[in-house]
Amino acid sequence: MARFDGYNTEGFFDEMFSPDGKARPAVQMLVERIANFPNGELIRRQITSEYALLRMGITFNVYADEQGVERIFPFDLIPRIIDAAEWEWIERGLKQRIQALNLFIDDVYHEQKIIKDGVVPAEVVLSSERYLEQCIGLDPPRGIWCHITGTDLVRDGDGQIYVLEDNLGCPSGVSYVVENRQLMKRTFPQLFGMSQIEPVEDYPSRLLDMLQYLVSDRVLSPEVALLTPGIYNSAYFEHSFLAQQMGVELVEGRDLVIMDGYVHMRTTKGFERVDVIYRRINDDFLDPEVFNPESLLGVPGLMEVYKSGRIALINAPGTCVADDKVVCAYVPQIIKYYLDQDIIVPNVPTYMCWEDDDRKYVLEHIDELVVKEANQSGGYGMLIGPHATRAEHEDFADRIKANPRNYIAQPTLALSRVPVLIDDHFEGRHVDLRPFILYGEDIYVLPGGLTRVALKKGSLVVNSSQGGGSKDTWVLSDPT
Amino acid sequence: MLSRVAESMYWMSRYIERAENVARFVDVNLQLILDQPIGMQAQWEPLVATTGDDEEFEKRYGETSRESVIKFLTFDTENPNSIISCLRAARENARSIRENISSEMWEQLNDAYLMVTETPEEWVMTEPHQFFTDIKVASHLFMGQTDNIMSHSEGWHFCQLGRLIERADKTSRIVDVKYFILLPSVGDVNTPFDDIQWGALLHSASAFEMYRRTYGLISPNNVVAFLLLDREFPRSVLYCLSKAEESLHAISGTPLESFSNSAEQGLGQLRSEFAYAQVDQILRTGLHEFLDAFQTKLNDVGDNIYKTFFALRPVNGESSQTQSQMQ
Repeated sequence: MARFDGYNTEGFFDEMFSPDGKARPAVQMLVERIANFPNGELIRRQITSEYALLRMGITFNVYADEQGVERIFPFDLIPRIIDAAEWEWIERGLKQRIQALNLFIDDVYHEQKIIKDGVVPAEVVLSSERYLEQCIGLDPPRGIWCHITGTDLVRDGDGQIYVLEDNLGCPSGVSYVVENRQLMKRTFPQLFGMSQIEPVEDYPSRLLDMLQYLVSDRVLSPEVALLTPGIYNSAYFEHSFLAQQMGVELVEGRDLVIMDGYVHMRTTKGFERVDVIYRRINDDFLDPEVFNPESLLGVPGLMEVYKSGRIALINAPGTCVADDKVVCAYVPQIIKYYLDQDIIVPNVPTYMCWEDDDRKYVLEHIDELVVKEANQSGGYGMLIGPHATRAEHEDFADRIKANPRNYIAQPTLALSRVPVLIDDHFEGRHVDLRPFILYGEDIYVLPGGLTRVALKKGSLVVNSSQGGGSKDTWVLSDPT
Repeated sequence: MLSRVAESMYWMSRYIERAENVARFVDVNLQLILDQPIGMQAQWEPLVATTGDDEEFEKRYGETSRESVIKFLTFDTENPNSIISCLRAARENARSIRENISSEMWEQLNDAYLMVTETPEEWVMTEPHQFFTDIKVASHLFMGQTDNIMSHSEGWHFCQLGRLIERADKTSRIVDVKYFILLPSVGDVNTPFDDIQWGALLHSASAFEMYRRTYGLISPNNVVAFLLLDREFPRSVLYCLSKAEESLHAISGTPLESFSNSAEQGLGQLRSEFAYAQVDQILRTGLHEFLDAFQTKLNDVGDNIYKTFFALRPVNGESSQTQSQMQ
């Protein structure tokens, strides 16, 4: 039947319903509409939308999966709705955060004032695997390091929203934001038109604007390229989607060559100069002459050109130092130091295993905490204490003791939930939210972002590689 | 345009054209066999021979039969020229250049591929005509989208080149194989069966109705002339060569009747040879020898297109190490 009768929030914070079972004000109209659909309508639309995804080839590649490499990223039809006031607060918080992080990254590769002033310990920054000595003294175009960020937000049981991590590397998922919206319009137009929803389709043009902004004014028609590891990368669909939507070349490392101090593409008419590279490969693989010598994905000599200012790289190499989960824990202090402001959207409380008191606490409470490696993402290298076995607890305890700098721990949050269509009824599933932030001439936050849902019952892991799905995310415009 | 992208455009089109040709050819011959006099042995070998994969077939299947031939040419993923392999290769190429082709083209190709993977083999054995028609329609839709949605700039010309060279190759092979089989049957000359056989050859290139409008009655000489030398029929070898030559010159910007690279030179020579040929002369000196030489020269053109546009040019003394996709 697929109505909300009998839907139970089971004591979790639900994004659509308050604990007494009433629809929250922002979603009331949506719930009413859905209640009026004929029987079976939702399920039919759900099936249509999934088939549309397959047809459009909106798939991702699963690395350790032997049954065919491509899978669709499961999509749930019921949108997740954020009201205008809450979004305004999130947006302000994210802008503040990105501005401060950019100043921080620039500082740690130059004078290191924040270290000298004793705000962030030198060991924390300099011992990070992602702090790249090769980037010391570099001045990226327009002074911007973190051009594109995909910050993960989560909401705890009491309704408080926290920042989980920043993802300054190559955050992916924005193509799903744009495609999910298009898919909703195609398969479920009836749901639109009841409230004003902030558009997301202009993301590619804003991205292109930002990329072109980074080129020196002397270049009249800048050539932008998107560098992908190739069709077997899990995010290849997104690379190709963004290149197509921006109308720029999608290149692989083998298409690029350094000549006469500039980066060139190999074309059917010879070599053509490139001015901006939005690279979707990690720092390590960017230039085998400077970083990982085994890399076949990058371009030998790229960093040399970058240093001379003849190519813009997005994000700037070295940016990921702020992605280190230990560094991330210092963001409140970082914001205070550079902007003299209090943090707006707080970090998830974090225990740093390299500090004796924290480590003692973590080891004693490992069965209650989430433990993460400082430099892993995508749901890999983590322990969810309450869901793990004793053997896993002991394994992580040993790993923490052996290399305390490499681990942080956070309380296991009771992540908020949303209703998801499961067969013929709704069940609550945990979600997070990844808004995307562009830093060019000014800072832009894409309204909403990617809502990822942990589709496995009870699971807290929303990553697409681990059985996550997504929803369209609606930010309502302020009616005033 | 990136060399890698140009190469994928070229092969994407070639593989779709190849899938379409296999589908049409198998379909026509399945129907032809229904018309054969009772007692006459079904001719399955020529189907495999036309794709040029007879050795491979022999090794893996041995006996030719309706089932084994259909399976080999449609669903056999180990046969690189089966319909499913062609569509997969076309799709892989398209996937690597999705940003360069329109979403409609990609969706159409993806659809065609999904359609083949979702079709049960048993269904094709019982309803072959519907299946092969679906493949042909899918290919035509794709071509239509290519022509009507994509800008007719460099990328489109590489698509044209791939499509036309593949088509010229397949038409010539169909003529070669069928003529060889049909000719010895002198006893059948001017019988209804003979007409049906030659008609099937025309159907194999979707040429039957256009042939009728041009020549009326069926005669072996006219059939060969139509399929090889007609200037207006879009599947004749000469037509394909002329249009491919135009695209090649549009890419390089070199005027027709001159050349700036070995691909243009080779293709120009080949096109002239066909433009000034006469069917009687060809048949007198031997059709098979003529077509054999043609295929060698056409392969050379393909190699030279690769060398001119796709191969990675070495920079500052680095060594060039790349490999072309199969012909």
